[in-house]
Amino acid sequence: MSVLIFVELDEGKIKKSSQEAIFYGAKVAETMGTSATAVVAGQADQSELAAAGRFGATKVLHAADGKLNEPNGMAYASVVAAAAQQEGASVVVLAKSSLADAMAARLAGKLKAGLAANAIELPDLSDGFQVKTSIYTGKAFAYTNLTADTKILAIKKNTIETEETDATATVEAFSPALNDGDFGLKVTNTEKATGDVLLPEADLVVSAGRGLKGPENWGIVEDLAKALHAATACSKPVSDLDWRPHHEHVGQTGIKVSPNLYIAAGISGAIQHLAGVNSSKVIVVINKDPEAPFFKSADYGIVGDVFDVLPRLTKAVQAL
Amino acid sequence: MKILVCVTSVPDTTTRITFTDNNTKLNKAGVQFITGPYDDYALARAVELKEQSGATVTVLTVGEVDAEPVIRKCLAIGADDAIRVNADPADAYFVAGQIAAIAKENKYDLILMGRESIDYNGGQVHGIVAEMLGIPSISPVMKLDISGSTARMTREIEGGKEDLEANLPLVLGCQEPIAEWKIPNMRGIMSARTKPLKVVQPTGNDTLTTVASYELPAPRGAVKMIPADQAETLIQLLRTEAKVI
Ligand SMILES: Cc1cc2nc3c(=O)[nH]c(=O)nc-3n(C[C@H](O)[C@H](O)[C@H](O)COP(=O)(O)OP(=O)(O)OC[C@H]3O[C@@H](n4cnc5c(N)ncnc54)[C@H](O)[C@@H]3O)c2cc1C
Ligand SMILES: Cc1cc2nc3c(=O)[nH]c(=O)nc-3n(C[C@H](O)[C@H](O)[C@H](O)COP(=O)(O)OP(=O)(O)OC[C@H]3O[C@@H](n4cnc5c(N)ncnc54)[C@H](O)[C@@H]3O)c2cc1C
Repeated sequence: MSVLIFVELDEGKIKKSSQEAIFYGAKVAETMGTSATAVVAGQADQSELAAAGRFGATKVLHAADGKLNEPNGMAYASVVAAAAQQEGASVVVLAKSSLADAMAARLAGKLKAGLAANAIELPDLSDGFQVKTSIYTGKAFAYTNLTADTKILAIKKNTIETEETDATATVEAFSPALNDGDFGLKVTNTEKATGDVLLPEADLVVSAGRGLKGPENWGIVEDLAKALHAATACSKPVSDLDWRPHHEHVGQTGIKVSPNLYIAAGISGAIQHLAGVNSSKVIVVINKDPEAPFFKSADYGIVGDVFDVLPRLTKAVQAL
Repeated sequence: MKILVCVTSVPDTTTRITFTDNNTKLNKAGVQFITGPYDDYALARAVELKEQSGATVTVLTVGEVDAEPVIRKCLAIGADDAIRVNADPADAYFVAGQIAAIAKENKYDLILMGRESIDYNGGQVHGIVAEMLGIPSISPVMKLDISGSTARMTREIEGGKEDLEANLPLVLGCQEPIAEWKIPNMRGIMSARTKPLKVVQPTGNDTLTTVASYELPAPRGAVKMIPADQAETLIQLLRTEAKVI
């Protein structure tokens, strides 16, 4: 009967977004009068697995087969489907990410489950199963009823504020039969920025647009991001022009972010850009044009030259 | 090679979304409908593959008759023929069921979709279709080359990308820079008028979600402006007032 939570690790640690998913799943379980079980696929430290308990999971199913060490949405979907069957779970929770999204879609197909792809609140179970989801790329919300027996909730970052206890979860080995068909993709090369704060996971984001004039000027953006321990992001033309890598592009056709703080420097605030960032808690806009549309969607604004303002902000952060 | 491209008809990206009927229906008044921007990337790559190696490209939408202008545009851009499943696309599972039924009948080598629709942002139709067909799905794909029955792709992952290889048939969710968006030319528009557009009835009616009502985001409070020569006070405000750093 339990609520299942698909948990991702990054460099051996439970991802922050997955901590949120566990906490959210535990809340749903509480409302349903049941318990929360986390599922982890691939190599992981026993102590880190037990730490899922801090966020409310009572049990962790660990599928440790070496074939699962490489992230694989199809194989993970099979693992979670098997776990759902073993546990009789009718609700699966996961935090949105490229891996989790791919996995959730396959899982929805396998379990014939209703999938809320961008849940932003806890579900309302008082009459059926309803959850508030973000649609039209953050331009609107839908109160979505999940009418299938099995429900999948893919939550956006900052859906719920987590609290921690010092509970630990019991860890159980889980060895479902793996399906060869799930291993038909061959990864031939991986390029991944290391050491940086990952954009979709980041609490703080410093983003810049065409106002920076060229890639050679990104140092001032990176300096502020570094001082704040923030991730860097950019507008679409900036990644189209190859000033910055594609995985930094935010907006309607890029990554959707909902950090605590989004600082936009030299970005005009086109509706397609806003769509991907407007669920950020606090938005700061720095633009030399007082008429820039972005100011209308900002909490704090500075009319000024980025080449002057950004270094001064960096110094002020360093002085804290 | 047979390619199927699945496209949605969605409000233009500049649309200010509003609702009618007590917040239970999208207000379509004055809304311009376009092909989903990610679907456009999928179509553009399909047409390039056709030009390079002689594939056939079929476009498919699940939608009411008002989705047809979007399909005609896809034909004008270079698709060979089109199928419209005449149904209200009630949810992702229903749509996926329709696409899978057509794919089973026609055995495509490659099914290209957008990484996600820009109305419901589900990012799930490709995965569900692939699951129904028992074949791999990959998303979001930024680069695609085909040689023989092998596809070589680049997929975006968090903070980077990876190269992969897989055998056809495959279902892919596409995004930039897989190809440049294509704009129809006059010759394309003329020829699109006579290209076949088949309307078929839906099979089954499984839906797993319904929307009870819609809501617009609450407006942000007034912006607090800080003079540029006092930029440092922003950092204080973010710490003490907004409490985000
Ligand atoms: C279908 C579609 C999808 C799209 N998807 C996206 C998307 O996902 N994400 C996205 O970002 N865009 C997207 N766009 C593009 C979008 O419409 C805008 O063109 C884009 O966001 C503009 O980027 P920008 O703000 O960096 O550049 P600009 O609009 O050129 O703005 C630059 C800004 O910098 C300011 N500036 C210049 N110099 C300085 C200085 N020295 N100091 C301070 N300020 C300065 C200027 O006043 C200006 O406001 C999409 C467009 C379409 C049609
Ligand atoms: C007037 C109207 C009302 C709608 N109401 C709802 C609603 O209440 N709830 C709801 O879930 N959906 C609704 N839709 C349908 C929605 O547009 C999608 O077709 C469907 O729900 C899948 O959405 P998704 O975001 O999960 O797709 P995604 O999984 O994000 O789409 C990925 C890709 O799948 C393909 N695809 C998606 N939909 C279609 C389609 N219809 N035909 C062909 N290919 C497609 C495209 O290539 C797309 O890029 C409505 C559509 C219209 C026009």
